[in-house]
Amino acid sequence: MKRIRVLLFLFCLSPLLAHAGGTEVVLDRAPIETTDMASLQRGVKTFVNYCLTCHSANFMRYNRLKDLGLSKAQIKENLIFTGQKPGDLMTVAMKKKESQKWLGVTPPDLSVIARSRGADWLYTYLRQFYRDDSTATGWNNLLYEKAAMPHVLYELQGEQRLRVEEVDDGQGGKHDVKKLELSKPGTLTKLEYDMYVADLVNFMVYLGEPAAAQREQIGIIVMLFLFGMLGLTYALKHDFWRDVHG
Amino acid sequence: MSKRLTSFVAWVDKRFPLTSNWKAHLTEYYAPKNFNFWYYFGSLAMLVMVNQLLTGIFLTMNYKPDVGMAFASVEYIMRDVDFGWLIRYMHSTGASMFFVVVYLHMFRGMLYGSYRKPRELLWLIGSMIFFVLMMMAFTGYILPWGQMSYWGAMVIVSMIGAIPLIGEPLMHLILGDFTLSDAALNRFFAYHVVTLPVLLVTLVVVHVIALHEVGSNNPDGIEIKKNRDPETNIPVDGIPFHPYYTVKDIFGVVVFLIVFCGIMFFAPEMGGYFLEYNNFVPANTLQTPDHIAPVWYFTPYYSMLRAATVNFLWIDAKLWGIILMGGSVAIICLLPWLDRSPVKSIRYKGPYSKIALTLFVISVFVLGWLGTKTPTPLYTTLAQIFTVIYFAFFLLMPWYSKIDKCKQEPKRVS
Repeated sequence: MKRIRVLLFLFCLSPLLAHAGGTEVVLDRAPIETTDMASLQRGVKTFVNYCLTCHSANFMRYNRLKDLGLSKAQIKENLIFTGQKPGDLMTVAMKKKESQKWLGVTPPDLSVIARSRGADWLYTYLRQFYRDDSTATGWNNLLYEKAAMPHVLYELQGEQRLRVEEVDDGQGGKHDVKKLELSKPGTLTKLEYDMYVADLVNFMVYLGEPAAAQREQIGIIVMLFLFGMLGLTYALKHDFWRDVHG
Repeated sequence: MSKRLTSFVAWVDKRFPLTSNWKAHLTEYYAPKNFNFWYYFGSLAMLVMVNQLLTGIFLTMNYKPDVGMAFASVEYIMRDVDFGWLIRYMHSTGASMFFVVVYLHMFRGMLYGSYRKPRELLWLIGSMIFFVLMMMAFTGYILPWGQMSYWGAMVIVSMIGAIPLIGEPLMHLILGDFTLSDAALNRFFAYHVVTLPVLLVTLVVVHVIALHEVGSNNPDGIEIKKNRDPETNIPVDGIPFHPYYTVKDIFGVVVFLIVFCGIMFFAPEMGGYFLEYNNFVPANTLQTPDHIAPVWYFTPYYSMLRAATVNFLWIDAKLWGIILMGGSVAIICLLPWLDRSPVKSIRYKGPYSKIALTLFVISVFVLGWLGTKTPTPLYTTLAQIFTVIYFAFFLLMPWYSKIDKCKQEPKRVS
């Protein structure tokens, strides 16, 4: 009864508190499926072609990509461009000093970026670049304003421009709504580009925790074992306690 | 028992009190027969401690306490060490679950008055275990050297430095440097893997010895030792710990492991509460995160730290925050002397005590929740209100527990 009261009280309080939290950025949900090997293979291809030129994945070894259903030879031929060995880490050739000079910051390592940012953030971020002549790179991002990264995938997505609309909020006031619209089409349609980014994000989620699939597989076996033990240990307890309750 | 084994035990018994200890602590330690759900968490805390010790040993084999390598070495464990991810998740899930079971264990004590005479010292030892556990958690959280490790530690370290007179030298002594650095990381590693575990294990042994001296309390809060069988001198409401509570606790262990493994295998980050998202970013000493939040088990105290916003008397707000935060933990030790109720258990206490405990639980939850949020004026006001409620629970206890209308305790356990 007490617990119910506690919960009720918190429940009554919650709208008040939620309201005080202020506005939050809305992220698009990344349509990813970490068991989809074809998607992960497309993702890793994009990753080594576009991301790995500036970003590193210093905690990941090339040969671990066998997880994605690739053979050692396939990894060596298709994914390693730097003359490294399959057992090497996915480092980046660009030196920290140079990247600092060219981009203003050293591009962050991407090994666990999906774990800190989340898949939805990455998926939204990579789709919200727009042309902005006031920045050094000529690009800006709706989600992450003044991002140092230029729009690397612009040939695929095309160019977007920002349009600010004034919207009546229904309470007498007005507020701005920022919208992106395609000003110059790329080689992919909008849907194709979304899927392209989803594959990349899918790979980055895998990259964040390569053992995740194994973790869940072992987890199921362990849980089955424990549920079996649950019945056994309960029966044991029940049997021993018969003379206490009797 | 086989003849050979019997003679071997006899050989040992002449040289070490094996059988007598086995009897005193297991087969002839009489525990009340009416233990309920709340009595699982003591043994579970011990289980989690063993888990932390064992997985911790394996983590030290690959972890590198070096600011340039710490973060990478944790990822090395997660990727390249055989089953390293499992060991690391067992340890990180164990850290949070340690607090879950210890908080429930402490709440049990508050529910049934387990801190009352003759168990005051038992409660004090338990409180010391709780402090050591908090230090364990703090020092352990620094080791991966992520953004939250670094900046969370910065908050605590600067707090130590703000203590008048002794603060600065104390901080330098703890850090081995003037700021959080490689030297400090090495020290925290030493505290986490040597100093504190030794302290923790010792205190837990002392805790159990003290418990077995005074005997376990029970949900009715009455002493089973007062009612003994005249012939055998055994408490009539007592049953031998082994086998009755060992088999019961084994069942509890399995239920607990289902929860534990459910989290560890399917949601090891626990939505950012067990492993914070920001701690997957390597520590950057030049970039303060927008939002610094401690791990969930520290958030109530963190809320109280931030609740102090005004200078009062000759003490400034920051120091008040530290006093409130330290006080909120230290005041728990005083419970045995604050409670003046004629009965121990909440079952026979009156409405004041029940309302007070309910408000206390609510305040802990609300403060805990507020501690995860970026402060706003409304949040700060709420934190202040619930900080007052938190302390009022303790400080007003001598009065409300005394004037409360209690029910008659039964003669025998129900």
